Amino acid sequence: MADIAAPTATAVAGDRRTGLHRLMQRKSTIAFLMALPLILLIGILVLYPACYAIWLAMLNKSMSKFVGLGNFQFLFKRDTFWDVVFQSCLFAITAVVFKAIIGFVVAHFVHNIPSKGQRKWRGMLLVPWVIPPAMSTLAWLWLFDPAYSAFNWILAHFGIGPVPWLGEAAWARFAVILVNIWAGAPFFMIMYLAALKSVPEQLYEAAAIDGAAWWQRIWYVTLPMMRNIIAITALFSLIVTFANFDIVRVLTNGGPLTATQLFGTWGFKLGIESGDIPLGSCVVLFMVPILAVAAAFILRDISRRGSEV
Amino acid sequence: MGFKKVSRRGFVGGTAALSSVMVAAPFVRGAHAAGKLSIGFWDHWVPGANKATQKLVQEWGEKEKVEVQIDYITSQGNKLLLTAAAEAQAKSGHDIMTLNTWLPARYADQLTPVNDIMEPLIKQNGKVNGTVEYLGNIGGKWLAVPATSGTQMKGPCSRLDYMKQYAGLDMREIYPAGAPPKADNWNLDTFLKAAEACHKGGHPFGIGLGTTSDNVDAIGTFFHAFGAELVNAKGDIVVKNDAVRQVLDYYKKLMHYLPDDVAAWDDASNNKFLVSGQGALILNPPSAWAVAKRDAPKVAEQCWTHPFPAGPKGRFGPFLPFFWGVWNFGKNQSAAKSLLTHLSQRSSAEQMVEASGGYDLPSFANFMDFKVWAEAEPPKGTLFSYPDPYHTQTLSIAAAPAPHKIAEQIYNQGTMTQMAVRYFKGEPMEKTLDWASNELEGFMRN
Repeated sequence: MADIAAPTATAVAGDRRTGLHRLMQRKSTIAFLMALPLILLIGILVLYPACYAIWLAMLNKSMSKFVGLGNFQFLFKRDTFWDVVFQSCLFAITAVVFKAIIGFVVAHFVHNIPSKGQRKWRGMLLVPWVIPPAMSTLAWLWLFDPAYSAFNWILAHFGIGPVPWLGEAAWARFAVILVNIWAGAPFFMIMYLAALKSVPEQLYEAAAIDGAAWWQRIWYVTLPMMRNIIAITALFSLIVTFANFDIVRVLTNGGPLTATQLFGTWGFKLGIESGDIPLGSCVVLFMVPILAVAAAFILRDISRRGSEV
Repeated sequence: MGFKKVSRRGFVGGTAALSSVMVAAPFVRGAHAAGKLSIGFWDHWVPGANKATQKLVQEWGEKEKVEVQIDYITSQGNKLLLTAAAEAQAKSGHDIMTLNTWLPARYADQLTPVNDIMEPLIKQNGKVNGTVEYLGNIGGKWLAVPATSGTQMKGPCSRLDYMKQYAGLDMREIYPAGAPPKADNWNLDTFLKAAEACHKGGHPFGIGLGTTSDNVDAIGTFFHAFGAELVNAKGDIVVKNDAVRQVLDYYKKLMHYLPDDVAAWDDASNNKFLVSGQGALILNPPSAWAVAKRDAPKVAEQCWTHPFPAGPKGRFGPFLPFFWGVWNFGKNQSAAKSLLTHLSQRSSAEQMVEASGGYDLPSFANFMDFKVWAEAEPPKGTLFSYPDPYHTQTLSIAAAPAPHKIAEQIYNQGTMTQMAVRYFKGEPMEKTLDWASNELEGFMRN
């Protein structure tokens, strides 16, 4: 028996080695192993905090009792919560739409600059995007500052009275959206510029031969060729804008009253400043379903176009 | 409110005997006490003020042979708050942590009671004021030691020239340096008339109505002055009462004489307003004056810090204490308590107050006579009344005496300033009260 068993065991070990060897040679295995550090990093820095936030959102205020969805039910009954939902949507949608329009227009301008000077313009236009928002927003705060507003100083020269930039709800909303657009439009610009450069020149030549006007070239050539990049950029920006914290925090701290509170800033106010971490987590988690719906629509549209192609 | 007024002479008798007991029973480096100690101190606004705590800790460490590590944590961007929250969650961190205002109550379950050092300290240094007692002593347990560093009063800082020119008030005469005040007529009516006069003169009072600490502390004092409570000590919502209606009416009148954008003010706005030379009065510790001394000496020469005007229910002072707490997961608790005792001695407190240029305010009754306040200038005596040496006002905190977990929400979400702004903007009184009542119901959640 032993004589027979010994070669069998060796053969099995050999097979296993060969199997492992084959597995290691597969492209997918190598790809997985190479991506593993990143997967682990995402697991530690994204998945764990996300799961922990969900756990926290299901605890009572003193974090001593599991209350299930009680905190979510509680929020539904709060007027301030619905104000925050409205403001977050208004802030994110308005900012993303304007960022997209400005980014599209500026990308066209930059695209039409001769390539020699284009790099300088690209660099300069990216400045608002590369400065840490907390820092650049401080500069905006001084421009809007109640006591020292540079804008009001300029307006005063034209006989226009001081504008309560951060003191009135409508102006404060305008201010935070404006700063977000200023900081975020360069991202759209650079993405659209990359997309523009990838549109084959022959399509424009063919359109020109057909007598297409400039707007027709944009409508029938540029936009269809850029649709996917527009959708992906909009989705990415929507997520980041929805989760904005620093601009509002520095500029208005959510005020006046609660007119500029967003999910992130209100969650911070409740969770960290007021010591109700479960409710703060709960507020912040409300971004997930809203963004998931937006992402589902946008990604479905992209994949449908992909299958059409 | 029920806060007791500070008595500075009450416990002087036993001080000498107790001091000798403290000296005779120093911290003993037992097996569990020796080694390292880490401290999270608040990073002081005033340049150079950290040196006092650094020196005091260093001399204690050398004497007790304990290796001490200090981290100065800024409160800018809520770093101090976030650090405390992170340490409480992780149950790991500094042995001693600076806890501002509401944090001893928030982390009551995670702090080591310090009755064993607070009771002797009170006997030695005199009573602490009612606000310190309310925030630091819960259910008979002292949860933290009141910190001299960072503790502040946010009373009025007036411009002598504007107040005299526009309102006809000589604040130096009402609150003379080195003599008892003559403040019988310094009440909320006088304050309102002065606000109107200074507004007409183009130099309004600068009282913020945002939701940050300075704004909330200011309005909280007006609420106390009218006896207006949103939630009483038992935790009942009592917002719909006449005192609240009166204070909102008062604030509506006052807001007409304040700058248009006060609803957007943060903690820096009032300082800037004074230092720029625009404001006739702000409610702030002497940091604005200190900045003016450096950047706008002509403004500083006209600043005079003094107590609050009296209201129908008395004269209250907006007091904001900081504490030093010992985490119950700290590894060197006995050494931590020994250090806190050292930092709470009269000479230690005096060094901190001096290093902060008079900004820091000790909480013990016998420590209100340090010479730094009397000597600060310009103008000579500008800070004499800052610690309220004649105990003319009850030191208070906004939202007290509500139970801490509710009061903390009222304070941090600026419920009172929001009520004032809503009502000022034309919302009917009852609608504002309904809104507040609804908010308060939300704060009751356990």
